[in-house]
Amino acid sequence: MAAPGKRPPLDGIRVTDFTWAWAGPHGTLLLSMLGAEVIKIESRARLDHSRMRSLMSGTIQGGPDDSPLFNDLNLNKLSLTLDLRKEEARAIVRRLAAQSDVAVQNMRPGVLDRLGLGYEDLRAVKPDIIMLSSSAVGAIGPESTYAGYAPTFASMSGAAHMTGYPDGPPIPLSGSVDLRVGTAAAFAVLAALYHRKRTGEGQNIDLSSTEVISSMVGEAFLEYGMTGRIQPRMGNRDSVMAPHNCYRCETGEWVSIAVGSPEEWAALKRLIADPDLDGEAFAGPLERWQNQKPLDEIVERWTRQRNPAQLVEMLQGAGVRAMRVHSGDTIASDPHVAARGAVLTVDHPSVGERRVVGPPWRFGEDGVGVRRAAPLLGEHNRYVLGEILGMPDDEIDRLTEAGVLN
Amino acid sequence: MSPGILEGLSVLELGRLVAAPYCGKLLADLGAEVTKLEEPGVGDPARRQGPFPDDLPHPERSGLFLYLNTSKRSITLSLETETGRRIFRELAGRADVLIEDCSPGELERLELDYPRLSALNPRLVVTSITPFGQTGPYREYQTHHLNLYHSSGQTSFTYSGDDEEERPPPRGGGYIGEYDSGLTAAVGTLAAVLGREASGRGQHLDVSKQEAMMCMERVDIGRLTHEVQPPPWRGQVGGMLKAKDGYFMITPAQTHQWEGLVRAMGDPDWARSDLCKDETARYANREKIQPRVMEWAAGLTRDEAYHRLQTEGTPAGPVRDVSEVLASEQAQARGFFAELKHPEAGAQVYPTAPFLFSNAPWQGRAAPLLGQHNAEVYCDELEIPGEDLARMAAAGVI
Repeated sequence: MAAPGKRPPLDGIRVTDFTWAWAGPHGTLLLSMLGAEVIKIESRARLDHSRMRSLMSGTIQGGPDDSPLFNDLNLNKLSLTLDLRKEEARAIVRRLAAQSDVAVQNMRPGVLDRLGLGYEDLRAVKPDIIMLSSSAVGAIGPESTYAGYAPTFASMSGAAHMTGYPDGPPIPLSGSVDLRVGTAAAFAVLAALYHRKRTGEGQNIDLSSTEVISSMVGEAFLEYGMTGRIQPRMGNRDSVMAPHNCYRCETGEWVSIAVGSPEEWAALKRLIADPDLDGEAFAGPLERWQNQKPLDEIVERWTRQRNPAQLVEMLQGAGVRAMRVHSGDTIASDPHVAARGAVLTVDHPSVGERRVVGPPWRFGEDGVGVRRAAPLLGEHNRYVLGEILGMPDDEIDRLTEAGVLN
Repeated sequence: MSPGILEGLSVLELGRLVAAPYCGKLLADLGAEVTKLEEPGVGDPARRQGPFPDDLPHPERSGLFLYLNTSKRSITLSLETETGRRIFRELAGRADVLIEDCSPGELERLELDYPRLSALNPRLVVTSITPFGQTGPYREYQTHHLNLYHSSGQTSFTYSGDDEEERPPPRGGGYIGEYDSGLTAAVGTLAAVLGREASGRGQHLDVSKQEAMMCMERVDIGRLTHEVQPPPWRGQVGGMLKAKDGYFMITPAQTHQWEGLVRAMGDPDWARSDLCKDETARYANREKIQPRVMEWAAGLTRDEAYHRLQTEGTPAGPVRDVSEVLASEQAQARGFFAELKHPEAGAQVYPTAPFLFSNAPWQGRAAPLLGQHNAEVYCDELEIPGEDLARMAAAGVI
């Protein structure tokens, strides 16, 4: 047994995980990184489609164990395959729920209830269970049966409308939208665990993915109420600051520079040392904002002759806020990211060594983070049924042959 | 009124602008008692950033501040004075959690760092939120949202499918990367609070905003570190489409969702041809299929497309601006927006919480005035005599 101080904070918490795709699995991934035992209910008849395809790369090569997307979002978890069309399979889920603290799902509202596995069903076997249901627009309301993915959540939230270039279409951000939804789900589950500890009560939580994203651009709603203004798409510009943009460097890479205060401007001006910056056109913050196009050209004339890493070091050293514009292919080799070990390597039995982003917090002492690779499909059938539910081997064999564990 | 989900949790917040205050707000809106420490006479810099009603700047009327500080108490305290630091130690001695966003080393200079606070209160959880974390070569670097956003890899992939060689990817709207950091920090904070029940000890959490954002993009980053030159992705059929009155998004990723789109389009012959026979064919023939889908989309309003597609089982969503989100039937039916009255800013409509708890309705309160709770905290709770409060104010302590 691990030393008491090394136990992660959610050690001893068990999660029955019905989630699939991206949003729900990210929520349970965070819980697993914090130490919860997460048992993912899967089915060969209805595979988690992140084992098969994604909106960003189309169909995935290889079998269901080879998906880099699935294997990233399901680190640490255990996989139990059950054909939920069979009553025996549903009975197993109820037995597992009776020994779980939390259940999380992101099917369309109503689907699990019809299978006899909704909150009321699980509460009947585990009175203090915490169940979180994550859906496109929430489980109540006139559109509750509607489905969605990350791009529709962003579109309907108000965030896509304010992301992009003024002359281009709205941009629904990226897959990050789903992961925000999952993070909010993990937060709500933890709050409910706190409440249960204090009161002994469980909880049913109805989470709207679209509302998660709306609440992360909350000030834009206040702006509309206070001024009648709707934030426009501004590319990389700002409504007040200038210069405020990404600038090309000698390597072709981009560096972001944002100037907010008079001190920051004075420092940047000193570094660029271009007499073209001395005129009336750039004298004050309002003038700089009004003339940001010619201003951007002068700044970029300067950055284009410079190496991005050195440029950022020089600008930050002078008190100007600047950073390299990282893409997935450059970020892992960034010296700071490397020094903090923010990207880890995990060995997966089917696909070998893969790099994954580590946990988003550093705890002082507890064993938080990545403990094992994502599960193969059905890898833990025998463990869950035998060790947790106490079924004898011959019963597990029978269920396997009957296609219940499928 | 039923108690909040996080009732009984006592939190000190030494946070500015967006990330750390959002972390505090998430806890406060669920019933934690969050006491925000602000600089005397100045307060959180968010108070000086807009939006303001009718664009008239006023430190008690900032929409950014009002949204991010609902349900909290505000006290003023100068940590540059010995008295201020003594009071801070007293507050930290009673709290469950301290959320702070000082530059690394700043609390150590003030002799208020985690080891010292932990010696006073071993159960204290300290959550530190900074742009690049407490360690590493960039730990001192400062960022505005633009720099943070682009440092995270979140622009690695967007669904636009356009090959924008000439201009850089645009940042996420608003302060979304800062919110990412505050939300992530709130998850870690609650976990540490739960974990201390077993260990009896608090924790120091180091939250790097860059890493919080990287985690939100973990799938793409993980993939792109292996596929430095991924095959070009032209985008799926559908995606962002132009309707009569704006844009809408459809994601017919799976076969039954594609079939729903075909039915919504009125079963055109071309959609039943070999061109579209399976997912692989549709991707290969995207150049031929997409213009036809676009032509169909152009004849509809966003809402017509939305309801028609959803009725057929195809995920779709209209691109809405904030005024349209406010007016949407679904948001209304769920009570997602609530009006809160504030003595200076008046009645404003706020997003509430994206999760409904069966055992506790949302019961957020309007944000505090600067130092509104000085008497409550200093006199009632710390039992500092009233006349000393006046002396402390005169000395710039509060």
